[in-house]
Amino acid sequence: MAISQDAHTVKQFDIQLANLRNLVLEMGGLAEDQIKRAIAALDEEDMAAAREVIARDRLINGMQLKADEDCVSLIALRQPVGGDLRMIMSLANTVTDLERIGDGAKKIARMAIQIYDGVSSPPSAKLLRDVTPMAELAAGMLHDSLDALARLDVEKALTIIHSDDELDQEFQSALRRLITYMMEDSRTIGHAINVVFIVKALERIGDHCKNIAEHIVYLVEGKNIQRRRNIDMDTNTSGSARAASEE
Amino acid sequence: MSTTALETKVALDQALDLNTAPRKQSSVEVTDYDNRQTVGKITVDHPKMVCRGVNVYYGEKHAIKNVGLDIGANEVIAFIGPSGCGKSTFLRCLNRMNDTISICRITGQIKLDEDDIYDKSVDVVQLRARVGMVFQKPNPFPKSIYENVAYGPRIHGMVNTKAELDDLVRDSLERAGLIKEVEKRMNEPGTSLSGGQQQRLCIARAIAVNPEVILMDEPCSALDPIATAKIEELIDELRENYTIIIVTHSMQQAARVSQRTAYFHLGDLIEVGETDQIFTNPKHKLTEDYITGRFG
Repeated sequence: MAISQDAHTVKQFDIQLANLRNLVLEMGGLAEDQIKRAIAALDEEDMAAAREVIARDRLINGMQLKADEDCVSLIALRQPVGGDLRMIMSLANTVTDLERIGDGAKKIARMAIQIYDGVSSPPSAKLLRDVTPMAELAAGMLHDSLDALARLDVEKALTIIHSDDELDQEFQSALRRLITYMMEDSRTIGHAINVVFIVKALERIGDHCKNIAEHIVYLVEGKNIQRRRNIDMDTNTSGSARAASEE
Repeated sequence: MSTTALETKVALDQALDLNTAPRKQSSVEVTDYDNRQTVGKITVDHPKMVCRGVNVYYGEKHAIKNVGLDIGANEVIAFIGPSGCGKSTFLRCLNRMNDTISICRITGQIKLDEDDIYDKSVDVVQLRARVGMVFQKPNPFPKSIYENVAYGPRIHGMVNTKAELDDLVRDSLERAGLIKEVEKRMNEPGTSLSGGQQQRLCIARAIAVNPEVILMDEPCSALDPIATAKIEELIDELRENYTIIIVTHSMQQAARVSQRTAYFHLGDLIEVGETDQIFTNPKHKLTEDYITGRFG
């Protein structure tokens, strides 16, 4: 059944659950901001801003620790079941994905510093042209998944899962283009590899948003759609095809 | 008759072949249970007991409303629900303990294997030997530990010699996980044991007459966590040979010991399902609200 919105008899439990959910949403907001700042630092060649993104990742890690501790203490002290248990498990899993998203933003900032290191000449604009649309798509997915989490909106969560296919396709075509540039002119290889890391980080951020969307479906409906899809993949594709599609 | 006196009497019924229980025959009629509102699957593949269209009335009060449920062989099924929801009443229908309450009237059908337990030909004392019961408060007879267990088998003529009886008493105490604690004090009174030990003595007494089903009504609510854990471990072991139905207010206990859980509310069987499903993803809002502590 859908998650109950009624208050618990023990009010303190409601307060603790609400606090945990707010912490996770706050952490998500910070991660979204980190992606935007990292991309802006890259766009504007602002190395100070990139370094700030790297430093701010510690805030996200700290929030992850706090959220994990809260989850453990809620489980130990309240012995949650039913929708409460699914809420806590989903939030705990979401926290892991958000932390990885934060790592993705940090990686983009690192790459920005590497690209504009002041030693090598800056890359041509065409090398970076896939980054902004992919970043917008990824940040939009994260925004939507946080919104779906706040509203417990399964429909929206399912839309995010489909958006991830779009981002994956963007990643594949960006990769093809970058390979073409590298083949045409071997001097671009150094920068192109850094850009590959950036688009890969954005693609991974999309995967984590999809995971969050799946946690929301589990939270609200008690269905593990991730597991089902993995089982389908096991039966439908050969091992090598699956390995290739994963990485 | 007070509850405790009644419980002692029924415990005696189980152990003794003294048919002192009033033989009030309840009218049996099979009612249409197809319109039931119960969520989940009430049937199982290998039922030990089959209940259909069970209604219980205490005078004017309709305490159990058209309940249909299978109890599977060798399963532990937990009945949960708020006070007054009818879970204990339903449990007591399963070995006809409600017969002793004069204003209580039961309709519907309850079968143990293929036998209708409310059939005229059924000997209630024999029934209670097949469907044993353990109560909330441990209620050993005011006799020695040995005699507490030996009473039932001796009176039911289950043994011929003292040696056989000794073996049976030992075996029952062993299966109840009590033998190590009592083997050197068999002649001491049962009441000299601790609460948890007394409860395990009552379980040993119940299994001594070789029942098929054991009903447990809040068996651990008077016990500390360690004694409770021992009983829960015992329940898990007993499942191999018996079918166990447990009524409990502790949802954690229901979650720990049972394979299926049934949720009762105001006399209705609201939902029944695999325990794992009931506690992670209940389908009915009332079940969800009860197990998550949202009961207003």
